[in-house]
Amino acid sequence: MLIKRPADIPSSEITDKRLYLNRREFVRAAAGTVAAAATAVLGTEAVLQASQAAAHKRKLSGVKSSPLSASEKPNTWEQITTYNNYYEFGTDKDSPSELATNLKTEPWTVTVDGECNKKAAYHLEDVLKGETLEDRIYRHRCVEAWSMVIPWVGFPLANFIKRCEPTSKAKFVEFTTLYDPMQMPGTHLPPAFGGLRWPYVEGLRMDEAMHPLTILAVGLYGEILPNQDGAPIRLHVPWKYGFKSIKSIVKIRFVEKQPLNTWQDQQAREYGFYANVNPNVDHPRWSQATERRIGEFFKRKTLMFNGYGDQVASLYAGMDLKANY
Amino acid sequence: MTRLLKPAIFVASLGPVAWLLWAALTGHLSANPLSDITNETGVWTLRFLCITLSVTPLRRLTGWNIVIRFRRMIGLFAFFYGTLHLLTYVILDRFAGLDFPNGIVAWRTVRDLAASIGPDIYKRPFITMGFTAFTSMVPLAATSTAGMIRRLGGRRWQMLHRLVYVAATAGVIHYWWQVKADVQRPVAYALVVGVLLGFRVLWARAHARQAAPVRPRTDPLRIDRAPW
Repeated sequence: MLIKRPADIPSSEITDKRLYLNRREFVRAAAGTVAAAATAVLGTEAVLQASQAAAHKRKLSGVKSSPLSASEKPNTWEQITTYNNYYEFGTDKDSPSELATNLKTEPWTVTVDGECNKKAAYHLEDVLKGETLEDRIYRHRCVEAWSMVIPWVGFPLANFIKRCEPTSKAKFVEFTTLYDPMQMPGTHLPPAFGGLRWPYVEGLRMDEAMHPLTILAVGLYGEILPNQDGAPIRLHVPWKYGFKSIKSIVKIRFVEKQPLNTWQDQQAREYGFYANVNPNVDHPRWSQATERRIGEFFKRKTLMFNGYGDQVASLYAGMDLKANY
Repeated sequence: MTRLLKPAIFVASLGPVAWLLWAALTGHLSANPLSDITNETGVWTLRFLCITLSVTPLRRLTGWNIVIRFRRMIGLFAFFYGTLHLLTYVILDRFAGLDFPNGIVAWRTVRDLAASIGPDIYKRPFITMGFTAFTSMVPLAATSTAGMIRRLGGRRWQMLHRLVYVAATAGVIHYWWQVKADVQRPVAYALVVGVLLGFRVLWARAHARQAAPVRPRTDPLRIDRAPW
């Protein structure tokens, strides 16, 4: 009764940006019949209403579908772009959507460093060069026991890693988020009040990073990624808690030793390196057995590896997942 | 003046719940409205507890004795929001997480709900604290009538109602332990409650030093020597 479900707008129904910008012409052209014009205006209104959350971005072209996509119904654009954990822009869920709007994402460089042959500062265009973008509809499970289904657009991280030619010493991949206090007001929170140590760092074991499910995402719902969702380029590892999927990546480093990720650094008892979704290992302060899918009233049972066990369980064969949480 | 002020405060105190209802029904909450409702009712409980606790310091510092007439009502609003907060936990957190193998309307649902709440209260420290805060408010609400004050006697009633210090302290700890990293807001409430309780400590000390013979108190609503 209390939950208002915003109307769903499939990406196929979202008006193309060019069309939207030319809506006057569009309306004029359609003025042949009053009915057609009225329909267009109403349609534009619907788009405007839906885009209150975040301005719609440019459509990405040549996006292919992927057999690795989940068949579940994705959350709405509004839900995905107004309910964000991006502490560089504040700790409230709605603050990234308000404070990240001016983040400068062009030009953007990703520095590749460490145990690899192709150390360089790559322009975003170079990172994307030769990659086929895919729709990857993934379940996203936050460590705070809520979840969403998100239609990312991206490509396998493995493709990019291969291009970097990591050496045999590269056992882990370390990722770093942009740290720019001028643009990121949330980074001013002092550690005494719970502020994290910046920049935000995450890491994956090499086999996790090379897994076909692990993607670098650059889009959402077929459009360029909104800033609050980690633009211009972010990681998504669907079988791990959300904090592993680092946003706005500026550095990728191949290392021999396991990196210290930010949340483990903040509170090692509560957040580990692996952070695999696991209903049997509770967070010290709350249960991980169930989750609330955003937009639903009744909670769902949390699935082992967020339901991706068939694909990834073998990575952890013989490992004590209670100790390696 | 007072005659108008009291209903005005009553209506104003209903403001937060009215706003929440409106916002929930018209889609003005976040993408996770259930979590918003839980947070807002909790924070308003703390706010009303803080207002209740500031009545005595306000009287003593300003001599504005009229405020005592609103204390019971404000305290009961703290209990009202606390009850709503507890209900959000029971319904939105616990009930919504059940399995319902026999359907929702079943004896099994009641049993499962109890089995879900009980262990949770002692397993999760921040829930333990929240539950402590709530249960310490129950006897205060139950003895808030003039008849109960008379039955208990002013002095005993006053002793009992010092449980509000427990409620406020446990409430702040509950909030503090619940947040993930950013503790700015719990710190702010801790400071406010700390200052308000600090007044009591200072006065108790000053009072003890005076070592004046204590007047028997019969009606704490009437006396002007502080029933803090």
